[in-house]
Amino acid sequence: MALLEIKNLHASVAGKEILKGITLNLEPGEVHAIMGPNGTGKSTLSNVIAGRDGYEVTKGQVLLDGEDVLAMAADERARAGIFLAFQYPVEIPGVTTSAFLKTALNAKRRAEGKKEIDAMDFLKLVKAKTAVLGMPYDMIKRALNVGFSGGEKKRAEVLQMTMLEPRVAILDETDSGLDIDALKVVSDGVNSLRSPDRAFLVITHYQRLLDYIVPDHVHVLANGRVMATGGKELALELEAEGYAKYLETAA
Amino acid sequence: MAVTRETAAAVRDVEQYKYGFVTDIESDMAPKGLNEDIVRFISAKKNEPEWMLEWRLKAYRHWLTLADEEPTWAKLHFPKINYQDSYYYAAPKREKLASLDEVDPKLLETYKKLGIPLLEQQMLAGVAVDAVFDSVSVATTYKKKLEEMGVIFMPISEAVHKHPELVKKYLGSVVPYTDNFYATLNCAVFTDGSFVYIPKGLRCPMELSTYFRINEKNTGQFERTLIIADAGSYVSYLEGCTAPQRDENQLHAAVVELIALDDAEIKYSTVQNWYPGDADGKGGIFNFVTKRGACRGKNSKIMWTQVETGSAITWKYPSCILQGDNSVGEFYSVAITNNRQQADTGTKMIHLGKGTRSKIVSKGISAGYADNTYRGLVRIGAKADGARNYTQCDSLLIGDKCGAHTVPYIETRNPSAVTEHEATTSKISDDQLFYCMQRGMNQEEAVSLIVNGFCKEVLQTLPMEFAVEAQKLVGISLEGSVG
Ligand SMILES: Nc1ncnc2c1ncn2[C@@H]1O[C@H](COP(=O)(O)OP(=O)(O)O)[C@@H](O)[C@H]1O
Ligand SMILES: [Mg+2]
Repeated sequence: MALLEIKNLHASVAGKEILKGITLNLEPGEVHAIMGPNGTGKSTLSNVIAGRDGYEVTKGQVLLDGEDVLAMAADERARAGIFLAFQYPVEIPGVTTSAFLKTALNAKRRAEGKKEIDAMDFLKLVKAKTAVLGMPYDMIKRALNVGFSGGEKKRAEVLQMTMLEPRVAILDETDSGLDIDALKVVSDGVNSLRSPDRAFLVITHYQRLLDYIVPDHVHVLANGRVMATGGKELALELEAEGYAKYLETAA
Repeated sequence: MAVTRETAAAVRDVEQYKYGFVTDIESDMAPKGLNEDIVRFISAKKNEPEWMLEWRLKAYRHWLTLADEEPTWAKLHFPKINYQDSYYYAAPKREKLASLDEVDPKLLETYKKLGIPLLEQQMLAGVAVDAVFDSVSVATTYKKKLEEMGVIFMPISEAVHKHPELVKKYLGSVVPYTDNFYATLNCAVFTDGSFVYIPKGLRCPMELSTYFRINEKNTGQFERTLIIADAGSYVSYLEGCTAPQRDENQLHAAVVELIALDDAEIKYSTVQNWYPGDADGKGGIFNFVTKRGACRGKNSKIMWTQVETGSAITWKYPSCILQGDNSVGEFYSVAITNNRQQADTGTKMIHLGKGTRSKIVSKGISAGYADNTYRGLVRIGAKADGARNYTQCDSLLIGDKCGAHTVPYIETRNPSAVTEHEATTSKISDDQLFYCMQRGMNQEEAVSLIVNGFCKEVLQTLPMEFAVEAQKLVGISLEGSVG
C-alpha cells in the first residue's frame, strides 16, 4: 500500500474548480517533485491535503496508510504525520520559535501516548537539529517568523520538519527566494530526513532544487491536472523547454 | 495557586489545626440592607475603636449624598444595583454540597486543567470537607519569620488594634473616603483585608500573598488592603487566585492603597478570576475596584500587574500618584473578556514630581460578545519637569461579535514632558490558526499559544509561579471562543 494515495482529487476554491482530477501515489521512501507554472494549483493541492479551510473537495480521495485523510481535522492530519512547509510561513508575534516547537512537539507526543518532553531534553534536541541545519541556535529565541528574512523563514520551516519527523512532508516552494547557501541548508535538512518509511512531495518552480534533493519521480502539474510524469530528467527538460507545451495541450 | 497547593500539602502533613482563629460567623448575621446601624454592627463585630467607627460613619454619610453619582462614564452596561438588597456582613451561607458530583462539571474540568488537587477543588466549589484545610499553620510559620525582620503582615482588622498609629496615618491617605461612589461604600462597610508594613531598608525576601492571610473568609466582597513600604524597602505582593472563585455576593467593591516612601518599591500583582457568569451572561460578579498607589518618596517605584479574566463586570483602574521626584509608576495589564463579559479597565498616572516616569502596557483580549475597554489617564503637572510616559495599548479580537475600545486621556501642563502613545488592534487570523494546527496543535492550544504570545510582555512581569498559572488561565478563559 502506498504511504500517501491521492485518487482522482477534484477541489474548488470559491466555486471555481482548481484541481481537476489528480492521482498520485507516494510510496514509503520516495521523493516526488511537482513542477508547474504559477497559478496552476500546486499550493491548492498542498492546502487540500493539509486540511486548510476554504477548499471544497468535490470528488476523489486522499489516504494516508489507507486512512481517509479528508475526514480528519487539520490538526489530526498533522498528528497523523502530514507536514506542510508553507510557501508563506505565518508570523506568530510574542511566541518564541522554541515555545512554538515545544508546543507542537508535545501535541504530537501526546497523540502518541508519550509524556511531554523534558525541558533539558528539548533544548538538547533543538541544539542538535539546528546544528545539523547549520542554523544559529539563537534563532529559536526569536518570535516565530517575526522579522525573519525569507531565507530564515524557510529554514525555520525545515527546522520544524526535522523536529516533528513527519511521515509525509510536503514542501511548497520552500526553495523560492533562497540564495544558494539557504538552498543547501534546506536540501540538507530534507536529505537528512529521507528514510525508507517517509515520503516527500516537493513542490518547486525551479529545477535547481532538484540538483540537491534528487527526486524519484517528477510530475508536471498544469491547469489542475498532472500532465506528465517522469524521472529526474523530466525536470531538466522542463528547465530547458518551459511549460508551454503542457499548457497548450490543456487549453 | 501554586502557593495554595504547597499550603495544602504542608497542612496535610501538619498535625490538626489547633488555633481557633476562625470565628463562627453563622451566628453573626446582620440583616439585608444598608444603614447606620449596619455600619455600627460591622464596627462592633470587629470591636473597633471609636475613631475607626467615626471614619466609617463619615464615609457612610458621604455615600448617601452620592446617590446620584454612581459612575456611568465607563463603557459598561448592567442593571441598576439595589444596594438595599445586599448583605454587608456575613451573608447566610448556602448549603454545602454533599460531594463533587453536585458541582457544575464545567467548573471541575477547569480545576482539572489548572491541576488543582481534589481537596482544594472541593474547597473552591463549596463542598463540605472533613479535613481541616487552612493556611493558618503555614501562615504562622511565615509570620514568625516576617516578624523577626520587622515586617507587619496581618489582617487590617487586627492592625487597627495593634498598630493604630500606622493605620490612622495611612488609611484613606491615598484613596480618601470621598474618592468615588464604590470606594466610599467600601470605607463604610469593608470587612477585612491585608495590612502590610515593610520597615526601612528591608528587602522583603518572600512574596506576600493573600493566601497567607489568616481569617480571610468572607472578605472578598468589600476588601480593604493597605501596604506601606518605608524608606529604602521592597515588597512584592500577590493577590488572588487563578482558580475560578465563586461568591454568592454579586457586588464586589475593594480598595487597595499603596504607599512607597523614599527609594522604596512595591510590586503588586493580581490575578482576578471571579465567576464571570454563564455563556449567556447570567450571574457573575460585578467588580468595582479602586486601587491606587502613592509614590511619596523620591526615587520610589510602584508597579501594578494585573491579569483580569473573571467577573461579569470589571471596573478597575490601578493608578500611581508620582509625588516624589524621580519616582516611577508602571502598569501592566492583561484583560480578557469572553462571552458576555464586560471590562472597563486601565490606569491613571499622575505626574507631580520632577523627573517622574511612567509606563503603561495594556493587552486587551476580547472574544464572544464581550466588550473590552482600555481607559487611561496620563496627567503631567506643572512642576513635573522632565516627566515621561510611555503607553502601549494592544487589543486582540477573537471573532467578529466582540468589541475593543481604547480611551487614552493625556493632559500635560509642563512643556518639558514627553509622552508617547502606541495602540494596535489585531485579530487572530485564520492563517495563524491553520499554521498552528498544521503543526498538530488543537484549536484551543493554538488560541492559547497565540494569545499568550500577545500578552507575554505583561505575563513575564509576574512572579514565576504565578506566571505559569496565569499562562494556563489565559488559554482556559478563552476556551470555546473560536469556531
Ligand atoms: N483562497 C483563494 N481564493 C480564490 N482563489 C484562489 C484561492 N487560493 C487559490 N486560488 C486560485 O487558485 C488557483 C491556483 O492557485 P495556487 O494553488 O496558489 O497555485 P500555485 O501554487 O500553483 O501557484 C489560482 O488561480 C488562484 O488564484
Ligand atoms: Mg503556490
